Amino acid sequence: MSQPGLTIALAGNPNAGKTSLFNALTGARQHVGNYPGVTVEKKEGEARHQGQAVRVVDLPGTYSLTAYSLEELVARNYVIDERPDVVVDVVDAANLERNLYLAVQFMELGAPLVIALNMMDVAEQRGMKIDVAKLSQLLGVPVVPTVARSGKGMDELLAAAVKVAQAREPWRPLTISYGGDVDEGLKELTALLEGKEVRQGLLSPRWLALKCLEADQEVLEKLKEDPALTQRLMPVCQRVAGHVRQTMDDEPESVIADYRYGFISAIARQALTWEREVRMDFSDKVDRVLTNRLVGPLFLVAVLYAVYEFVFWASEGPVAGLEALFGWLGEAVGGVMAEGALRSLLVDGIIGGVGGVLVFVPLIMFMFFAIAIMEDSGYMARVAYLMDRVLRAFGLHGSSVISLIVGGGISGGCAVPGIMATRTLKDPQARLATMLVVPFMNCGAKMPVFGLLIAAFFAEKQAQVMFGLTIFAWVLALIAARILRSTLLKGEQAPFVMELPPYRTPTLKGLLIHMWERTWQYLKKAGTLLLGVSIVMWALMSFPGLPEERAAHYEQALTQASSEEAKTELANQQASEELSSSLAGRIGHAVSLVTAPLGFEWRTNVALLGGLAAKEVIVSTLGTAYSMGKTEGEEGEASLAERLKGEPGWNALNALSLMVFVLIYSPCLATLVVMRRETGSWRWPVFGVVYTTAVAYVVALIVHQGGLLLGLGG
Amino acid sequence: MPDISMRQLQAGQNATVVKITTAGELGRRLRDMGLVPGTPLVVIGRAPLKDPVEIKLRGYNLTLRNNEADHIVVRVEDNQ
Repeated sequence: MSQPGLTIALAGNPNAGKTSLFNALTGARQHVGNYPGVTVEKKEGEARHQGQAVRVVDLPGTYSLTAYSLEELVARNYVIDERPDVVVDVVDAANLERNLYLAVQFMELGAPLVIALNMMDVAEQRGMKIDVAKLSQLLGVPVVPTVARSGKGMDELLAAAVKVAQAREPWRPLTISYGGDVDEGLKELTALLEGKEVRQGLLSPRWLALKCLEADQEVLEKLKEDPALTQRLMPVCQRVAGHVRQTMDDEPESVIADYRYGFISAIARQALTWEREVRMDFSDKVDRVLTNRLVGPLFLVAVLYAVYEFVFWASEGPVAGLEALFGWLGEAVGGVMAEGALRSLLVDGIIGGVGGVLVFVPLIMFMFFAIAIMEDSGYMARVAYLMDRVLRAFGLHGSSVISLIVGGGISGGCAVPGIMATRTLKDPQARLATMLVVPFMNCGAKMPVFGLLIAAFFAEKQAQVMFGLTIFAWVLALIAARILRSTLLKGEQAPFVMELPPYRTPTLKGLLIHMWERTWQYLKKAGTLLLGVSIVMWALMSFPGLPEERAAHYEQALTQASSEEAKTELANQQASEELSSSLAGRIGHAVSLVTAPLGFEWRTNVALLGGLAAKEVIVSTLGTAYSMGKTEGEEGEASLAERLKGEPGWNALNALSLMVFVLIYSPCLATLVVMRRETGSWRWPVFGVVYTTAVAYVVALIVHQGGLLLGLGG
Repeated sequence: MPDISMRQLQAGQNATVVKITTAGELGRRLRDMGLVPGTPLVVIGRAPLKDPVEIKLRGYNLTLRNNEADHIVVRVEDNQ
């Protein structure tokens, strides 16, 4: 690049169409990252204006610019510190007054601003007539009408933004009155702050004074760096606050907000006319039905069920295809390489391990697609509305239900997208609690284990046992959430106050972008770590190998074997013995004293160890441990089930204890990686491993020992 | 009409905000969403378990829990 291009920061309320507008401006030229040091997503893209590249940074969607929430701080500080050449505030025309509240705060700050008056079509349908020129004149900033979904007004918007950006005028903060008391205080504070360099002298003294009166934690913290100044500021703030409390029985920050809205209402009265008043619009009518006492919950269950059917139906083919692909790849690589550790590493370790998890990608993709439909249509907010009362009793949030269901609440599903779905949760404590209990759900990877054991020991009651496990998972997750929220994650519930956006038909482009963004993030993060762990797990199960005389014994026996069948039998025995003497096998033996009260022997322990990487591994490891060779496919599982039934150490009680343990114990590796990503530290994933395994141990112990007491161990 | 808390409003009732009686994060959130004195609103309905409540104000729909609605003093308007 010859000259530094212009930067546009895109701001706006959630649901104002900011994402659509960002997509319309940048097309496919965008990428997702994080703001430095925080887990808030940062999207950047590139727009083209008259052949010039313009950088577009998507700020988090916010209603305000206070220091109360992370998103708002990120948005505010980006504008203050990075000084984008222009801020484009996306304003929902159909919801003008509340959206202008954010615009006014950008104007108070003084940042160069252009307003994209979006969803003009919806506003017109509602009978609103907005005088754009008048609005622009009253606000003192350019206002460009747009319909982001159809791409209308994008060129005009870019032109207006570039014009403001190129003018490079100094920041000009808006000055409005906040009433006598506050105004007087502001004047006094401004005088004290005059000439002080705060953040490179960018911030106007009046804005700082305003933030002092609003008791803005971040600004007060910054000002404390100058104790002498703070000492002169604080008495003024306290005096104004005292006076406001006395005369108006209110806080200065409330009064300031009221006056902001007063300013906005005055403008709206002049620029907005209602051609007809619509009391109940289409969206309200739909809501009457979908949040109805009877229909609402039924429809919710139907939707969730449909999500399931859709996700599994759509991903069945691609998953099978990927499985075949990795199987073929393993065989192809195995075929051209000489037998030995390297081949085993590549085929069993890397292709088997990484492939085993990558085959789930289609599942995750379609799950994200379904979630995107629910979000973009506006139904997700209704789910939270319908479920909040129930989930709140357990310290969770209405939106937690999505995560729990995606994580396997109807059996099937996956904790990875479940944890990623907690992003829609605004309450940080409830979000953490949700993340920590989602892994209890009956995810798709646990199903083969349950399938195997149920087929072997509960053949007559398959559906009942599976259903029981699902219910048990829910009960456990809710109880665990309740306990977490009253111990480790104590604290006030964050406000629920939430916008219920009007129902809209999602656009395919928006859905695809949503789906792809999230899938790609999953691939990037889980994929890289997966390789390392697959290698570690392989090494644990392969080394140090058989002692020399045993290896020699098998070699000799193999050459003497009379038939192919005998050879296979021997090879399987050898594999089992190799596993037994491997590091994982030794660990399995070592902990068998601890797990004996649960009814597990060393082979089960090794399988559970393998399950730490991915739960799917449990079945295949059991197969190796019981000298069954490869147990892929239904046939393999059926024969393993037969084998387990015949083992002296196995009965229905052991199987039940194992199923309960598998249901509860440590989240799989991919889940832990995502947990680490979403919480920003290893603390919570580590805690997740420890507490779930402890709970699993206790519950399995109760099941097994209780069963023995009742004489069920026969 | 006497002033009551928003929790006591029935579905379909019109009212005007008189006062927000909480400061801090909740008070700030309510104001950000446009619930300031003088704002007209109408109660759309309640979730199946009677909580949270859905209201319409300034042309959009908002939901909040009953224990949050407690902090909003409203004056009931006569239904036309």
